[in-house]
Amino acid sequence: MPRMTMIEALRDAMDVKLAQDPSVLVFGEDVGYFGGVFRCTAGLQAKHGEERVFDTPINESAIVGMAVGMAAQGMRPCVEVQFADYVFPAYDQITQEAARLRHRSNEMFTCPLVVRMPTGGGIFGGQTHSQSPEALFTHVAGLKVVIPSTPYDAKGLLIAAIEDPDPVIFLEPKRLYNGPFYGDHSGKSVGWAKHPAGEVPEGHYAIEIGKADVRRPGSDVTILAYGTMVYIAEAAVEQSGIDAEIIDLRSLLPLDLETIKASVEKTGRCVVVHEATRTSGFGGELIAEVQEACFWHLKSPLQRVTGWDAPYPHATEWDYFPGPDRVIRALHKAMED
Amino acid sequence: MAARKAAAAPNVSAEELLTYYRDMLLIRRFEEKAGQLYGMGLIGGFCHLYIGQEAVVVGLEAAAEEGDKRITSYRDHGHMLACGMDPNGVMAELTGREGGYSKGKGGSMHMFSREKHFYGGHGIVGAQVPLGAGLAFADKYKGNGRVTFTYFGDGAANQGQVYETFNMAALWDLPVVFVIENNQYAMGTAQKRSTSTPELYTRGAAFGIKGEIVDGMDVLAVKAAGEKAVKHCRSGKGPYILEIKTYRYRGHSMSDPAKYRTREEVQKMREERDPIDHVREMLLTGKHASEEDLKAIDKEIKKIVGDSADFARNSPEPALEELWTDIYADAPTEGAV
Repeated sequence: MPRMTMIEALRDAMDVKLAQDPSVLVFGEDVGYFGGVFRCTAGLQAKHGEERVFDTPINESAIVGMAVGMAAQGMRPCVEVQFADYVFPAYDQITQEAARLRHRSNEMFTCPLVVRMPTGGGIFGGQTHSQSPEALFTHVAGLKVVIPSTPYDAKGLLIAAIEDPDPVIFLEPKRLYNGPFYGDHSGKSVGWAKHPAGEVPEGHYAIEIGKADVRRPGSDVTILAYGTMVYIAEAAVEQSGIDAEIIDLRSLLPLDLETIKASVEKTGRCVVVHEATRTSGFGGELIAEVQEACFWHLKSPLQRVTGWDAPYPHATEWDYFPGPDRVIRALHKAMED
Repeated sequence: MAARKAAAAPNVSAEELLTYYRDMLLIRRFEEKAGQLYGMGLIGGFCHLYIGQEAVVVGLEAAAEEGDKRITSYRDHGHMLACGMDPNGVMAELTGREGGYSKGKGGSMHMFSREKHFYGGHGIVGAQVPLGAGLAFADKYKGNGRVTFTYFGDGAANQGQVYETFNMAALWDLPVVFVIENNQYAMGTAQKRSTSTPELYTRGAAFGIKGEIVDGMDVLAVKAAGEKAVKHCRSGKGPYILEIKTYRYRGHSMSDPAKYRTREEVQKMREERDPIDHVREMLLTGKHASEEDLKAIDKEIKKIVGDSADFARNSPEPALEELWTDIYADAPTEGAV
């Protein structure tokens, strides 16, 4: 089986869909000729033509707005917002046009649109190239919000997203583009070549949106994580020796509550981990859901490990970034009672 | 706008003039009825009447061909009636009933028709403009020779995404007519208070988009300008801007105290420039119709509008379950190309 980085896997997903479906279009800033700032679309224009893979001006609002118009006509636009931090000018188009077109038109028009964006920190990007805005999208009925953590999932989920009849916010943890990240920022990074999830089948396959993945079975405590934090959780478990069950959510909206519930009912303890700031972060929603669904099974208070309520820092990135040490502390706290 | 001289008899058939008269009168009487129903509490929330602006949509619809598309902002009732949507369905959407175009999920500002290629009804100022270019992009991609009329007001003409869209539409030669309905007031703000250059038709100059100013109280002038614009777009020359000078007699919405202009200003416009009186005069002086003929049309329109009000009152309220429908698709769908 071929081995791919997450970048190659994403590119392969778009390649497969461009070849299969003439209504699929791929565009965004630097996406066509240049091949994308992270090279996710490299070679796609040469292969599929300028009519289908193309560059746009630097206009997030109109990029997404035009894509909504195309989608209303049955096209399948897959647009790239160069960094998740750049999505804010398009937030109006995403929330008020894309997400709601189906409902307010009584299903006369729909919006099969994918907005891809590199998300999260760990690359020394400072406050405008490191943010994790997922909660702004999980708050919006009509959207789906997906975040893969492996090349295998990235390809299967992106294919599913492009085929999805509704708008999908596709968050790509950029710290994972070239390899898993276990929190040791000073050490040498290990590429996807040696990781089992770097094996990516050729051709078409789709992973159902809305299904979590139990990455590590365990019996002591449940860790709910997504994106880069899945590896941070793995590192924390390895270093602490606590037998935690790690669930990679993969899809935040819809949320796989069944898988979460089954795990927390078994362990009775739960730690939620994300990079985004704490207040009103998606962790708050996860904790509320777990509390409502599993209250009588809980043995200890639910724990949250998140970014701090501060702008994403430059010099102090690794104090901000919720690394394995903080996850271990939360695991011990969850195990106390 | 200078007072119009007594209507000359231009080179236009009786049949054509009667159609415009009927279509404009339908909008006016419909809007008057909507205002009444609002006063009676049968329509709630927001309701933006089109009275005074009728010649804009009727003139442009006369220049449109089957399959051409239209998209507009929240002052949308006139556009829907002009493109042939059913007054019953529009009025019932205003009253929030099951028989409304969006089954009561949209309301006054959010209605659609796949059959008539009407892509809404959008409540956010300027947000529909990139969507309109996206519709045009899809038509160009499909190579079907269709044109999209993208309407927005003088207020929206100062929105940033309008210029993002102008740039892309010109860059990609999209078949889109940007129709700036300049009714001279952005809600309660006169153009001179908000706008550095009042000549909105020149706003495309920086992008190489041709524009012209049109007398929006003269349906024949609008039609002629529309035909020119459509011809330009259909021949592959890219977008075109029409700034159509018009005037709304009523407030911005139903809750507008109209303190920002004088009663005399409105009165003068109604007496000297009314677009329906204009056609009426042409019909009578050109001996295309008698007073009796026009009375018969008035009666016919009155019945259509009365029936729409009855329909809108008697149509049942939507079931509560509608709240949960059309948020996401129930099943996967295919791309349209």
